Amino acid sequence: MDILNAIILLLNYIFIPALTYGSQLALGAIFVTLIYGILRFANFATGDMMAFGTMVTILFTWYFQSLGISLGVLPTALLAIPFAIIFMILYMLSIDKFVFKYYRTNKSPPVQLAMVSIGVMFVTQAVVRIIIGPSDRRFFDGEKFIIKAREFKEMTGLNEGLALKSTQALTVFVTIVLVSLLFWFLNKTKTGKSMKAYSDNEDLALLSGIDPKKIVMITWIIAGILATIGGALYGLDKSFKPFTYFNNMLPIFAAAIVGGIGNPFGAFLGGYVIAFSEIFLTYAYKKFFIYILPESMEPESLVQLLSTDYKFAVSFSILVIVLLYRPSGIFKGKVL
Amino acid sequence: MKKNLNVIAAYSIMMVLILLVGIFQSWNVALSIFNLCLISAVMTMGANIQWGYAGLINFGIMGYTALGGLAAVLISVDPVQEAWRAGGFDILMGLWLVIVMVLVIKFVLKRFEKSKIRTYSIAAIIISGILLIRFSMEPGIEAIEAVDPAKTGFLGGFGLPIIFSWIVGALFAGGLAFVIGKVALGLRADYLAIATLLISEIVIAIIKHEDWLTRGVKNVIGLKRPAPYEVDLQTTDWFINLVEKFNSGKLDLISNLSDRQATLNQFVIEGSSVFVKLCYSGLFLIVVIILLILTQKALYSPWGRMMRAIRDNEEAANAMGKNVVKQHLLIFVLGSAIVGIAGAMLVTQDGLFTPGSYRPMRYTFLIWVMVIVGGSGNNFGAILGGFVVWFLWIESAPIALFLINFFTVGIPESNTLKAHLIQSVPYFRFLMMGLGLLLIMRYRPKGILPEKIEIK
Repeated sequence: MDILNAIILLLNYIFIPALTYGSQLALGAIFVTLIYGILRFANFATGDMMAFGTMVTILFTWYFQSLGISLGVLPTALLAIPFAIIFMILYMLSIDKFVFKYYRTNKSPPVQLAMVSIGVMFVTQAVVRIIIGPSDRRFFDGEKFIIKAREFKEMTGLNEGLALKSTQALTVFVTIVLVSLLFWFLNKTKTGKSMKAYSDNEDLALLSGIDPKKIVMITWIIAGILATIGGALYGLDKSFKPFTYFNNMLPIFAAAIVGGIGNPFGAFLGGYVIAFSEIFLTYAYKKFFIYILPESMEPESLVQLLSTDYKFAVSFSILVIVLLYRPSGIFKGKVL
Repeated sequence: MKKNLNVIAAYSIMMVLILLVGIFQSWNVALSIFNLCLISAVMTMGANIQWGYAGLINFGIMGYTALGGLAAVLISVDPVQEAWRAGGFDILMGLWLVIVMVLVIKFVLKRFEKSKIRTYSIAAIIISGILLIRFSMEPGIEAIEAVDPAKTGFLGGFGLPIIFSWIVGALFAGGLAFVIGKVALGLRADYLAIATLLISEIVIAIIKHEDWLTRGVKNVIGLKRPAPYEVDLQTTDWFINLVEKFNSGKLDLISNLSDRQATLNQFVIEGSSVFVKLCYSGLFLIVVIILLILTQKALYSPWGRMMRAIRDNEEAANAMGKNVVKQHLLIFVLGSAIVGIAGAMLVTQDGLFTPGSYRPMRYTFLIWVMVIVGGSGNNFGAILGGFVVWFLWIESAPIALFLINFFTVGIPESNTLKAHLIQSVPYFRFLMMGLGLLLIMRYRPKGILPEKIEIK
């Protein structure tokens, strides 16, 4: 019984939150990695582009809510996401046309493109803040919980409750569907394969008749989809605040690099590596040990490896270690 | 004279802009902008040395700034005797353990050949060492933080004049840069950028949460000042006389004696804060000029030529027998040390240390905009970039408000869109930064004052 309690405790406080957070990071990390693999620069505007997509989702959600449209138990935002994606793709394509294209055709060094992306970052920040403001916003509606902690306790008779928020289930589900679709696209379709070829060796790809304009456009379209959905899921699960999104850029970068930048599958797993290690290392295991150890050996301290203050620092330390010992990432990056 | 015309013109325009702020807004605002411009200029010079001279990207600026600020606290605050008695021994033990750990690692590195076992054993030493240090310092930290937590709760500093911290801040930042450079400089440019950004986040996380050293988010307030206090000035005779002399024209117009006294008091209060800011401006100006002379000398020295050679063609410089790795490390440390000075200056001017206000994500990029806009590789450009960008950062809200009102002059105040725009005026600064950066990168990629190297 105690062991069961301990398992439920870990599930509730570590596994489920980490899985959700990891999925959100994974989507962002694949976005970063795609841009890096095909357009060959580190996109510092990642977090703000996600905020932009989320903002459009919120605006559409409000619009639908004002019309009285809802999805019942599911959040209305799901209905808004497709419309937001269209806006997002248009935004990204126009940024590419007016900003990035010039440097790409001039074959500027990646550092210069990264600097330009900082300019895009500032502009996107301004747009988001001017349109929707910098404050914290929740746009979740519908049924909040799938399993409530109290109901779970009554149902099973355990001491520990297990709560499963519908946003958590939704996040994991959507991520799995989206990522499988993406991998199918990259590995099985002709366009996907030509993207891989382009990322692997640009000159060879051009020689074999691959149209770079099309590749770049499709990259931005996929990036738009990933950014909007990733951002909206994060906003549904937690809340939407432009500055938080901006800050999330760092763990997202960490995930992409840990997984091997340029490698979407690595980025996907990297998201979970970062999320799990953050939560594993900063969780206080006191209650867990109380359940599994005999009474005489119960710990007195919190049994916390690092205080939660260092949550961000954990993922960054992992990244720094990976960068130093295996700069190509755990899963060998540089090829799509 | 003629070839420096654009430099002189750019600086004159900048000065006129600040004077305009002084005339139209207030001298207090103008001077505080000017002081922060000077501090940004120092930071920009640090980043410019790394980027402009050597092509190294350093996004860790906020980490060094925070360390400089920490130096200001550790140098100027009086030691908290009680805290030292309570936990000083444990802390010293911890420090001693750190030194032992470093020595052991050095010994292992020197003694054994490079192998997997060596790497793993070093990792084991580091992990067990950190756990041991944490464990041995824990009681000391708790005891220190329990000493009058509302007022102190930390070890305090050395109680020296705060000016010394400018040098110590440079040493701290340089030391950190040495460690970072040793491990991270081999990385590719964009990886280095991300790694340094993340390391600065880690440094700030430590400063924020190690309360025994820095008081953390409880902040340290009331630091010593190199300049006189306003309250003291307001009661000093020579200062009141000075203010009276300055404003004699206005004062003579008032015939009523008590009214005159009241106006004079008002002038003295305003004057005192202007005077204090002027003191800071003087100090900062000295720092900027010294740094400018040194960096200019370095730029035109054989060393500067070598750095440019390394920047422009690393392999060729290497083939000519220049030690690229060593020079990169040196310039990384030098640039970071300059940023550390700026950090200490910032805390000195504010008189308080607030770890929560160091937000790498916000300010790192701003400093980089300064470097790029000003002109990388040109020290005058770097300083100008610091001035222009900080000025715009502060003054963009009034400018945006003016523009909005100008373009929507026919639309009534009650219009929702206009009201919304006016409400979001503060965020136009991001738009200005972004557009400025994008335009400069596109049409003047070398910055306002481009690098120009003449061979003498």
